[in-house]
Amino acid sequence: MKFDRPATTNPIDQLRVIGQPVDRVDGPLKTTGVARYAYEHHDAAPNAAYGYVVGSAIAKGRIASIDLAAVKAAPGVLAIVTAENAGTFGKGDRNTARLLGGPQIEHYHQAVALVVADSFEQARAAAELLRVNYAPETGAFDLNAVKGDAKPAKVMSDPGDTAVGDFASAFAAAPVKIDETYTTPDESHAMMEPHASIAAWDGDRLTLWTSNQMIAWGVGDLAKTLNMPKDNIRLLSPYIGGGFGSKLFLRTDAVLAALGARAAGRPVKVTLQRALLFNNTTHRPATIQRIRIGAAKDGKITAIGHESWSGDLPDGDPEAAVSQTRLLYAGPNRMTATRLAVLDLPEGNAMRAPGEASGMMALEVAIDEIAEKLGLDPVEFRIRNDTQTVPDVSAKPGDKAAPAMPFSQRQLVECFRTGAEKFGWSKRSARPGAVRDGRWLVGMGAAAAFRNNILTKSAARVRLEQDGKVVVETDMTDIGTGSYTIIAQTAAEMIGVPLQRVSVRLGDSRFPVSAGSGGQWGGNNSTAGVYAACVKLRDAIAGKIGFNSAEADFVDGSVRAGNRSVPLADAVRGGSLQAEDGIEYGDISKKAQQSTFGAHFVEVGVDAATAEIRVRRMLAVCAAGRILNPKTARSQVIGAMTMGVGAALMEELVVDDKIGFFVNHDLAGYEVPVHADIPHQDVIFLDETDPMSSPMKAKGVAELGICGVAGAVANAVYNATGIRVRDYPVTLEKLIDRMPPVG
Amino acid sequence: MKPFSYQRATSPAEAAAAAARVEGAKFVAGGTNLLDLMKLQIETPQHLIDVNGIGMDRIEPIPEGGLRVGALVRNTDLAADQRVRRDYAVLSRALLAGANQQLRNQATTAGNLLQRTRCPYFYDTNQPCNKRKPGSGCSAIGGYSRQLAVVGVSDACIATHPSDMAVAMRVLDAAVETVGADGGTRSIPIADFHRLPGDTPQIETTLRPGELITAVTLPKPVGGTHLYRKVRDRASFAFALISVAAIVQRDGSGRVALGGVAHKPWRVEAAEQELPRGAKAVASKLLANATPTDHNAYKLPLVERTLGSVLAEAKG
Ligand SMILES: Cc1cc2nc3c(=O)[nH]c(=O)nc-3n(C[C@H](O)[C@H](O)[C@H](O)COP(=O)(O)OP(=O)(O)OC[C@H]3O[C@@H](n4cnc5c(N)ncnc54)[C@H](O)[C@@H]3O)c2cc1C
Ligand code: SF4
Repeated sequence: MKFDRPATTNPIDQLRVIGQPVDRVDGPLKTTGVARYAYEHHDAAPNAAYGYVVGSAIAKGRIASIDLAAVKAAPGVLAIVTAENAGTFGKGDRNTARLLGGPQIEHYHQAVALVVADSFEQARAAAELLRVNYAPETGAFDLNAVKGDAKPAKVMSDPGDTAVGDFASAFAAAPVKIDETYTTPDESHAMMEPHASIAAWDGDRLTLWTSNQMIAWGVGDLAKTLNMPKDNIRLLSPYIGGGFGSKLFLRTDAVLAALGARAAGRPVKVTLQRALLFNNTTHRPATIQRIRIGAAKDGKITAIGHESWSGDLPDGDPEAAVSQTRLLYAGPNRMTATRLAVLDLPEGNAMRAPGEASGMMALEVAIDEIAEKLGLDPVEFRIRNDTQTVPDVSAKPGDKAAPAMPFSQRQLVECFRTGAEKFGWSKRSARPGAVRDGRWLVGMGAAAAFRNNILTKSAARVRLEQDGKVVVETDMTDIGTGSYTIIAQTAAEMIGVPLQRVSVRLGDSRFPVSAGSGGQWGGNNSTAGVYAACVKLRDAIAGKIGFNSAEADFVDGSVRAGNRSVPLADAVRGGSLQAEDGIEYGDISKKAQQSTFGAHFVEVGVDAATAEIRVRRMLAVCAAGRILNPKTARSQVIGAMTMGVGAALMEELVVDDKIGFFVNHDLAGYEVPVHADIPHQDVIFLDETDPMSSPMKAKGVAELGICGVAGAVANAVYNATGIRVRDYPVTLEKLIDRMPPVG
Repeated sequence: MKPFSYQRATSPAEAAAAAARVEGAKFVAGGTNLLDLMKLQIETPQHLIDVNGIGMDRIEPIPEGGLRVGALVRNTDLAADQRVRRDYAVLSRALLAGANQQLRNQATTAGNLLQRTRCPYFYDTNQPCNKRKPGSGCSAIGGYSRQLAVVGVSDACIATHPSDMAVAMRVLDAAVETVGADGGTRSIPIADFHRLPGDTPQIETTLRPGELITAVTLPKPVGGTHLYRKVRDRASFAFALISVAAIVQRDGSGRVALGGVAHKPWRVEAAEQELPRGAKAVASKLLANATPTDHNAYKLPLVERTLGSVLAEAKG
């Protein structure tokens, strides 16, 4: 199905099942342990041997020699895989560093070997006997030190730099301005389930149970890495214990399980040890961001400039931290710039809302700063600088002819107004450091939330069985987000059956290729693909029982038109009916800018003595198209808000620039919020449908929810204490010297 | 993890004797620290002597006043004991500030005293660490040291002792009772139990090889207001950046000990004379000769401020 003009009324608009806060259909399977995760397919591969990954002990250099003798002699050892003995293997299109290092080492904990043994304990004990002689080389590990060497870089398909009007003159002439630099640290996804795979060969065919957000990318890059035809690979990833972007791509566990199984002659399972996760896989790269904003006395932005520096391995990509600044606030004179330096740290890549999450951490504090200089309430300032058309016309090359590109929907102002009212924003003291509650200095902060909506094709297969069941198959994944549920809701709505009659099968490369899970594009696109397949199935059903599907209603297990009603069962008397189709987008995304919007409100307490910061309550108001399931959507947003608190207050991969690695590579050292850190969260979704996004009229929310949170927290800390911290995470040592005297 | 043999002890004395007899033996109690370290091959005992179930799990009054806490009493049970809550509230509070409920259910009194540092380099066997591999160097000096010690450090090691419980025991003047390989018993004042790193950071206590902790004794209650303040980056389940244990009497006199600043619970009795003069005076005595790094210099003002807040709270 081609989607190239705005959606009109369709069966989804009935909202019998769609839009209802139904429980997750996979919930009971997960809470009872029935759902099998990647490492748990004991039934499918009962005789799997265990692989243990050895990570490089140096950050950069070469393996001079490697001694396997003691490992080979250890009890239970079946095989050892190293770059030397693995035969020729390549690298996936989406990987920057190779997934099995040697002789060249590109980063710390890059895999250098897999030891395969009968038991996990044997593999681990044997791995300790591996002797690797390294010839280390010096590398670059400190972003600040190499900032001057950074080069201009593109941001995906968009330009890295943009310019509109005359930023320099406008900024120079502005009566009120700020020019500040902010830093965000490297962050780790730190999801619950580590990367894990079981590989089994049958001749030259490979089956891989893994934990991967993007099935087709995984198959493609695995085929490329192993030099084999894609058709010979079956990849299954039905349940995923979190990913946040770290499982978008093929990773070490999958490649080494496959190589290990080939070498051992039996299935092999590999889970990446937690201590390797932080340096072996990808991470959100650190940024240095300079923001300049000039404003007129009336509170209107006249000049806005945002520059960002980040680093990555050679041939890597920049963190797209300036993207939102091209779209969020009005202002006639603008510039953005993206610079990329070479660093020999592990590979930087996507983590939940790549680009915007980091960019908003800086931008939304800068907005707070300029509002204060103007003497304006920061919410009011944001409202004054709203725009209903894309302000940075140069952001979209080729669209210069249409400078007034509208947003498909943009309710940023409504988000702020609703949130301010619900949160009690009017009680905020404009003067910082003025509110005290016992031990606590109390403050409120706000920030915009912004993230683009991405359209990408997605296919599915839908079958009406003779027993009345509707089966949906697509290679879409559910990374804990609720894909199973909203897909089931879509099919139930379209075919007119109760939710329990729909069974959804996901995460199998034998199913039609979907959008996958990433970039908050999964929900809208994958359900739109299911919608397309359902439309085809409705045609087939209608044809069988003599209806014109365009005029028929599919309700309560029957097909109706006029006063004629025929049960669905009649259509499948002669056998089940199946249809396959997908959604494909024309140039509709070029006709209007599709983005999602929100407003975050946060209240914090800062211990007047210790400067410990604790969030007291949070509210997010989101305007993100149709909310397919308010319960799963809310879960996504509160999870994202929690992650935003982590980014604001504690998450930091600490770089040791002598050794060239992230020091705190376990969950004791890399702290993420615990329950006690998150006392009270509220989420409000504004009523919105976006006919430009898909027949579902939905957009993403899961990444919107994190964008801006950290800025709101930092602004609240400022409001509580009068201390502005521009280097994340905002930890107590950055405040302590400026706190008021105790007692 | 290296292969190891395992035995269940039948009595404290027999456990100590076995530990001296078998090369590379170690006791295991709750296992919450030791097993983690064994999996990472930071600890590589060849033999484990399980000291559970040999009657060291009771809290009993001592005839002359005070409590004897068995080495195997779980952190949860110790924190919840009515007598501890009434007479040694600082201990109860410190215990509850540590780890999480599941870990406290399993962690024991002796194991807690002997838990090892949380210095991040100690956990990465690729990196030099004098504590893990004597003579290999210290990666934290000149590396990442935000959590590490500011007083009593050496050129060999700047690690901290991570226990909360031990800080409260230090302020309570507890004593560690042991039985040695020869069956002899002794009582070690907690002040002398943990060592500073010096040039042998791998030796953390004054226990002799094979010596088993049987109990910790708490002297007669001293009254006063008992407070424990643990400062950390998140609200729960995090090790202390610094902590303050305090017992403050009505007349303003009292005792204070610090966690998170040294290789052992940190108490300087002379500093307590300064209590009437306030937190600044106490802190400057406590932290005299401090040698912080750029990363952990914040601990000095943090100690003073936290102490100030604790003393204010004690006043009510
Ligand atoms: C995730 C996590 C978070 C934590 N957070 C905190 C925290 O915030 N604050 C805090 O204080 N602690 C914290 N801890 C540490 C915890 O308190 C210790 O792991 C626990 O107290 C150790 O007790 P155990 O009985 O399990 O010791 P084990 O692991 O059994 O033993 C530890 C050591 O003690 C020795 N040993 C045990 N019993 C005896 C004995 N009777 N005589 C002589 N030697 C003995 C063992 O040989 C071993 O060397 C945390 C631990 C974890 C895993
Ligand atoms: S501070 Fe101590 S524990 Fe840490 S690396 Fe140095 S020697 Fe090892």
